Amino acid sequence: MSDEILPVSAIKNGTVIDHIAPGQAFRIIHLLGLESSMHKVTIGLHLPSKSMGSKDLIKIESRVLTDAEANEIVVFAPAATINLIRNFQVTEKLKTSLPSAMKKVFICPNLACITHTETIATHFYISEDRKQIRLTCHYCEKIFDRDQLKVAI
Amino acid sequence: MSANLVDIQERCSMGVNTLYQKSIVSAKDIELADWKLIYEMACRFKAGKAPLTAKEKVVAHCFFEPSTRTRLSFETSTLRLGGNVIGFSNGDDISTQKGETLYDTMRVVSAYADLIVIRHPQEGAAALAKEAATCPVINAGDGANQHPTQALLDLFTIQECQKEINGLSIALVGDLKYGRTIHSFTQLCSLFDVRLYLVSPEILALPESVCDVMKKRGIRFSFHRSLEEVIPKVDILYMTRIQQERFSGAEYQMVRNQFIVTPTLLQKAKPNLKILHPLPRVNEISKEVDETPYAYYFEQAANAVPVRQALLSLILNENLK
Repeated sequence: MSDEILPVSAIKNGTVIDHIAPGQAFRIIHLLGLESSMHKVTIGLHLPSKSMGSKDLIKIESRVLTDAEANEIVVFAPAATINLIRNFQVTEKLKTSLPSAMKKVFICPNLACITHTETIATHFYISEDRKQIRLTCHYCEKIFDRDQLKVAI
Repeated sequence: MSANLVDIQERCSMGVNTLYQKSIVSAKDIELADWKLIYEMACRFKAGKAPLTAKEKVVAHCFFEPSTRTRLSFETSTLRLGGNVIGFSNGDDISTQKGETLYDTMRVVSAYADLIVIRHPQEGAAALAKEAATCPVINAGDGANQHPTQALLDLFTIQECQKEINGLSIALVGDLKYGRTIHSFTQLCSLFDVRLYLVSPEILALPESVCDVMKKRGIRFSFHRSLEEVIPKVDILYMTRIQQERFSGAEYQMVRNQFIVTPTLLQKAKPNLKILHPLPRVNEISKEVDETPYAYYFEQAANAVPVRQALLSLILNENLK
């Protein structure tokens, strides 16, 4: 672990999402619905990181992420490390990969898209192009950079 | 019976009608095998010996916004195939005005029809219709997104007038940003080895995302700001209308006069050049050009019927015996 010791308290059981690109933590919070859950959550923003310069970090007490949830996080934070914690120890490092598609997660930025008037789940295809995450709307076929999309709450 | 139709019948009877019961929502739904079938079948229809391949079939033409050429050519195609037409020509008289969702409307209409042809002002409407319907769906234009059957008839016209698509240089001129025909056309171009010249005002340039897709598919293209520099180089000059609603009054006046084809401008054209336009035109092709050997847009408009006849026939019939 090359990073400095961080001023963030340890958790006994749960999940730590580390090495999140700065500014993406709140989008992951929305993605996982943590703002409305009863889990204790610690958020670190713009923390110093030797490998990234600065980073965000999220610790979720008493919640173990699924592989699918971990893969969705990769869309926001390709370099994220996701560790499962049991009794203050890292017991598993989740292996992640970029999902090929995500449904019901994003709002299409194209206001002319049919998803804004019909009660249907949004559906985006995900790809990586020159280290940029691109999302293509299944319906209107418009292609967006990751940061152009808002997470549906 | 022509050799072409025999060939299609043989291939269809072997279970290789790749279009049977297939929805055409986007140009990316069309593969080279589909194009070959459509082309061969359309040639047969154009030769004038069309079999009644839609007899006892009902085709729903659901036009939620006005259309002249697309709607009438689909209706003509259906009727000439012996089929029946139901539907509507604008969205004012139907139950979506009472608050019914497009999804429900399409689900219900598909219970009455063997095929749905939909035009809708919103992007992605045809993809949603496909999900809702229990029968195949053809996209006849969804907002600024796609118009795949226009692209098919454009390609048919190019093949017809130039004998070969591969190796051609094609200029796309005008509104490349919002033109759905252009978006579908550039996607279909990935099936061929063509060189594109993209001519537009900067504010109407082809979206970067579409350019990225073209790059990935190996289509060669370049950007230009004047017609004069590309006319001597191209075999096809594909003009499009600049839509007034995209601009303020002064901006529109400036942009609309930027790309106008005149006989004078065509003096340096290659002898085989043909000019296409999905129509309607406003002022981008002067009336005098109609009398030159380069004008091919009215033939292009006429090709809408045999190409759409071919598409309807292949979607509705597993084999064509």
